Amino acid sequence: MKRSILNYLIVLASATMIAATLSSCGPKDADIKAAVTKQMQAMPDMSGMTADVKDGVVTLSGEVKDDATKAMCETVAKGVAGVKSVVNNCTVAPPPPPPAAPVVIAADDPLTKGVTDAIKDFTGVKADVKDGVITLTGEIKKADLKTLMMSLNTLKPKKIDNQLVIK
Amino acid sequence: MALQDKYKELTDAATASGVTNLQVREQDGVLYIDGDAPGGAAKDRLWDIYNKIDPDFRAGDLVMNINVTGLIEGTKLKVVTQSSNLNIRKGPGTDQPIVGKAAHNEIVTLVSKSSDQWWLVRTDAGEEGYSYAQYLTPA
Repeated sequence: MKRSILNYLIVLASATMIAATLSSCGPKDADIKAAVTKQMQAMPDMSGMTADVKDGVVTLSGEVKDDATKAMCETVAKGVAGVKSVVNNCTVAPPPPPPAAPVVIAADDPLTKGVTDAIKDFTGVKADVKDGVITLTGEIKKADLKTLMMSLNTLKPKKIDNQLVIK
Repeated sequence: MALQDKYKELTDAATASGVTNLQVREQDGVLYIDGDAPGGAAKDRLWDIYNKIDPDFRAGDLVMNINVTGLIEGTKLKVVTQSSNLNIRKGPGTDQPIVGKAAHNEIVTLVSKSSDQWWLVRTDAGEEGYSYAQYLTPA
């Protein structure tokens, strides 16, 4: 009985020693995580990153704007005391689509010429062009309206003001 | 955004019918739809939808510039005037002298597209000049 208590004490003592040795070999995961997160949050490009730490291995995740920032995240994490290695799971955001180019409106001179050509065969149709706006007056057969509009719409007008009377 | 909603059926149909380079932009109260249709039938359908949403094209809030692509040099084109001959002109414009005529329903050959409105064509008789694209359709 005495012997088993002694054995128990020895085991307990060695377990305590091992635990003490392990914890003293570097900062705890939670501390590393806090340090890495603090570093990331200090940089605007990395503020959205999250770091998970297990046994000194840091796993980075989140979206960054480019490859350079992704590499920088890894460098920053590696610089934190106690970090053994870094798994870089950051994703790079796709580039934003280019802004749509403004609509090009034809100048009045070529537009007027184009309109003259387009209405030539539609007797009864009159057209006026001013500041890119085509104003249609007069009359047209219903069957012809679509054909005329199809051709006027390719001339790059600002708008078409259709005041035609449909016969 | 309201205009894009109004013409949503049209832009959806454009995407569905394979219109490429589709651009839908709103500027100063007008919606501009540009794109290249794979054929005359697709373009025609879009115009029918436009006419349904805005009967007789009265609203003045849309400019739809859809052109038919895939018409390359050598494409045979049919003259689709109502009944008269199609003028073939020296240059792209009705102010240009007439250098030839193509009969209603005659087949001509596309030489090049000077613009969306004026195409350089050649008749079987060898006359070459510019004709108004509206009266030409792939044969």
